[in-house]
Amino acid sequence: MSATETKNPVIWQPKIIAFVCNWCTYAGADLAGTSRLKYDANIRVLRLPCTGRIDPLFILKAFERGADGVLVSGCHPGDCHYNTGNYHARRRWIVFKPLLEFMGVDSRRVQFSWVSAAEGAKWADLVNNVVKNVRELGPFKGYQQMLEEVSKMGKV
Amino acid sequence: MPEVVEELRALARDLLAKGTVKTVIGYKAERLANRVSPLIITSPDRAGELVWNKYCLNNLAVYLTRGEVMRRGPAAVVVKGCDARAVCGLLQEGQIARQNVVIIGMVCEGVGEPLLEMCKSCDVHVPRLADYIIPKEAQKPAEAAKTPAEADAEVARLEALTPEERWKFWREKLERCIKCYACRQACPLCYCKRCVVEKNQPQWISTSAHAAGNFAWNAIRAMHLAGRCGACGACERACPQGIPLMLLNKKMAKEVALHFNYRAGYDPAATPALRTFDARGDNDELFR
Repeated sequence: MSATETKNPVIWQPKIIAFVCNWCTYAGADLAGTSRLKYDANIRVLRLPCTGRIDPLFILKAFERGADGVLVSGCHPGDCHYNTGNYHARRRWIVFKPLLEFMGVDSRRVQFSWVSAAEGAKWADLVNNVVKNVRELGPFKGYQQMLEEVSKMGKV
Repeated sequence: MPEVVEELRALARDLLAKGTVKTVIGYKAERLANRVSPLIITSPDRAGELVWNKYCLNNLAVYLTRGEVMRRGPAAVVVKGCDARAVCGLLQEGQIARQNVVIIGMVCEGVGEPLLEMCKSCDVHVPRLADYIIPKEAQKPAEAAKTPAEADAEVARLEALTPEERWKFWREKLERCIKCYACRQACPLCYCKRCVVEKNQPQWISTSAHAAGNFAWNAIRAMHLAGRCGACGACERACPQGIPLMLLNKKMAKEVALHFNYRAGYDPAATPALRTFDARGDNDELFR
């Protein structure tokens, strides 16, 4: 996210990073595509083997690289390709989201969901929803100010 | 010398003389009356140097994962109730073997001068996990566990603020962080040989003491201690910049107690909350 983008609200577009699992949500997003469903293009999808592979560090890193919102999605409980990955992930997010909120990140900037390979329409809705929420919130000024300070120090 | 100190010294002397343990980790007096420092002894002759008083703040469980101490053989460690919770965590996580540690639990009415804030809501005055309790005549833990997360007023106050206000609060607090990692060094549960902050392929957390790196470091440390922190407060006391680190740990403890009905450091046989899951029981509301 460049500084110029955030300074001009007219051209500002939210940047959402989506961490999705290979087996369900990625396939669901694929289905949305092959079904010719139209949804907001503000999302960058990163495919991982499983939601259990998604470290809280990924989310922090996404914000550090200028994301305005983060979406994490994988197989529904009980459907994990590796049987239990999403259960472990669920516990992690149940405590990580309140931590981010406690530290001042608006809860609408971090969205968790389950989207199966058959739920192309749900994926499209979900993305539209997240983009809408983040658009209302505007750029993640708090984090971006920190990043500007850092770049003034000559270190990113 | 108070009786309890004599009792502690006699026990340490005995343990070392019999060869039950190779080292005793305790406290020794310093020149200033209100200071003590950690003392690690290997000979029964030095048991007389051990002390116990209200200035014994350090959590000595931190030495139980140090190779230079443990490679000598079994160790006895002097702990307060809160420190015993950390020992419990180390046992749960397989960091120490039960037969390699003798836990000398001190009955503690609170430490610090003035009394530390956290001691006022303590529910482990008598350590719950100990091989010896000093003084001997003390009753085994009768106290019921208090409200999760120590029902902290400051945590509740922050929760009631808007996200922007909380952001501002932490920006100001974390701005002071100098990335000295004293919090990590003082923490008995931060035992990773290679901390995530030292991994640089890729560099997950910036090692420079700037705003973004400080945010990431303190957030991830709180996350890594979620469901593990025994609330001894060693990190906060070690922090040279006075960052209220325990607020983050208490918040995590609160969430873990609320969602998983788990409190760290009470049951050595329990599985830590974030190492397991409940397929049907875990709250799914977050995942629409």
